[in-house]
Amino acid sequence: MLQKVYDWIDDRVDITPLWRDIADHEVPEHVNPAHHFSAFVYCFGGLTFFVTVIQILSGMFLTMYYVPDIENAWRSVYYLQTEVAHGQIVRGMHHWGASVVIVMLFLHTLRVFFQGAYKKPRELNWMVGVLIFFVMLALGLTGYLLPWDNKAYFATVVTLNIAGDVPLIGEMTKTLLGGDPTIVGAQTLTRFFAIHVFFLPAALFVLMGIHFIMIRKQGISGPL
Amino acid sequence: MKRGKGMKFVGDSRVPAEKNKFIPKDYSEYPGRTEPFWPNFLLKEWLVGAVFLVGFLCLTIAHPAPLEKMADPTDASYLPLPDWYFLFLYQLLKYKFASGPFFVLGAIVIPGLAFGALFLAPFLDRGKERRPHKRPITVSLMLLSIIAVFWLTYEAAAHVDWEEKAANNKPEWPDSGPSVEIDKESEGYAVYENNCLSCHGGNLEGQAGPTLIGIDYSADEIKDIAQNGIGNMPAGQFQGSDEELQQLADFIVSVNEQASSEE
Repeated sequence: MLQKVYDWIDDRVDITPLWRDIADHEVPEHVNPAHHFSAFVYCFGGLTFFVTVIQILSGMFLTMYYVPDIENAWRSVYYLQTEVAHGQIVRGMHHWGASVVIVMLFLHTLRVFFQGAYKKPRELNWMVGVLIFFVMLALGLTGYLLPWDNKAYFATVVTLNIAGDVPLIGEMTKTLLGGDPTIVGAQTLTRFFAIHVFFLPAALFVLMGIHFIMIRKQGISGPL
Repeated sequence: MKRGKGMKFVGDSRVPAEKNKFIPKDYSEYPGRTEPFWPNFLLKEWLVGAVFLVGFLCLTIAHPAPLEKMADPTDASYLPLPDWYFLFLYQLLKYKFASGPFFVLGAIVIPGLAFGALFLAPFLDRGKERRPHKRPITVSLMLLSIIAVFWLTYEAAAHVDWEEKAANNKPEWPDSGPSVEIDKESEGYAVYENNCLSCHGGNLEGQAGPTLIGIDYSADEIKDIAQNGIGNMPAGQFQGSDEELQQLADFIVSVNEQASSEE
């Protein structure tokens, strides 16, 4: 039955090459922890992706309860945390995932760096990877404000003040991110929410897509 | 890579004359035991993922995500701190050489150079060698940066009393009820004071018992509840005359009418 469905689709859109590109390739011995335990360092990238998937899924569920407005943001998080079934787990996954994803990204970056795996022909993929790191940091920064508790609010005040003190573009940046040159309030929260939930994930998906396509094109770097 | 000039096509611009299909990489250059990704290697990746997920969920369950009290912009005593992975940048701005007149150095030049160098690493480290000990300058610069980041993070975090900070900012539901003026001179309030105040609070805000503001009961129902109890409230809480009971019920109803008209 499944084969028939596959054949029906394959007859029309020829998905076999696509499938080959994604899944049909050999994994060399030197990256396989089953053969060399030290090859576990090659897991960091995959685990980063895994945590990213956790972040996307838990974030999607959080938006079912979260209200991005200064009157209700904190209350909705408190309600989610204390009343909603498994709300504490889902929010906990998103909260800790935000930290774990930075840790895994850091380890993955160090693995690639110390192995010199960014050298020709993988320069572009390294740069895309660093951009992904920046997007992740920005996601952490914007997501930190959303619960609208004291630590979120004052961290954002500090961040926006630092951004505002930058010469020439500081004022503009602060207004763009915070919605106002001086006030950190309702407008700031909705902007951070929009950036956190729409702008940055969009950038992240594009960059991750490029990252993975390049890995498949170039293959994994050889043994040292 | 063949693109643009010099490419020949067969009639249709989408079909290049020379077929150059994507051919999966030949791993014969890596001698040894290769393994198909699907399904053999994927199963192992799946197992690693499962172990990782168990650890991650244990962390989540053991340490619920923290939530402090609702943001209060007037709280001048609050010690602001960014999330832990920004602490090193924040700490940098506290040093004299990176703040005040040198703010641009601390906020833009130093982080810009560090992250710019990270971004452009393939073009700064152009040698063919990949082994760390064959690239001493690159590797030692990276090690120095890592030490600096860890040190700055430690410096920023070590001087904070995290437990006290958490204890001072426990989450509590902000007072959100409709604001009502309670006439504490009225006869009804005197009766309330003697019979109900110890559980329902001096402003009807609720203490051991729930708030009495925003309830949907008639005067007769309130009289019944005061005498016979409801839910967790035991019977016989009201000790007084029928006249006082009427005054009490009227008082509570009047407060609720005022509250509902203000909403």
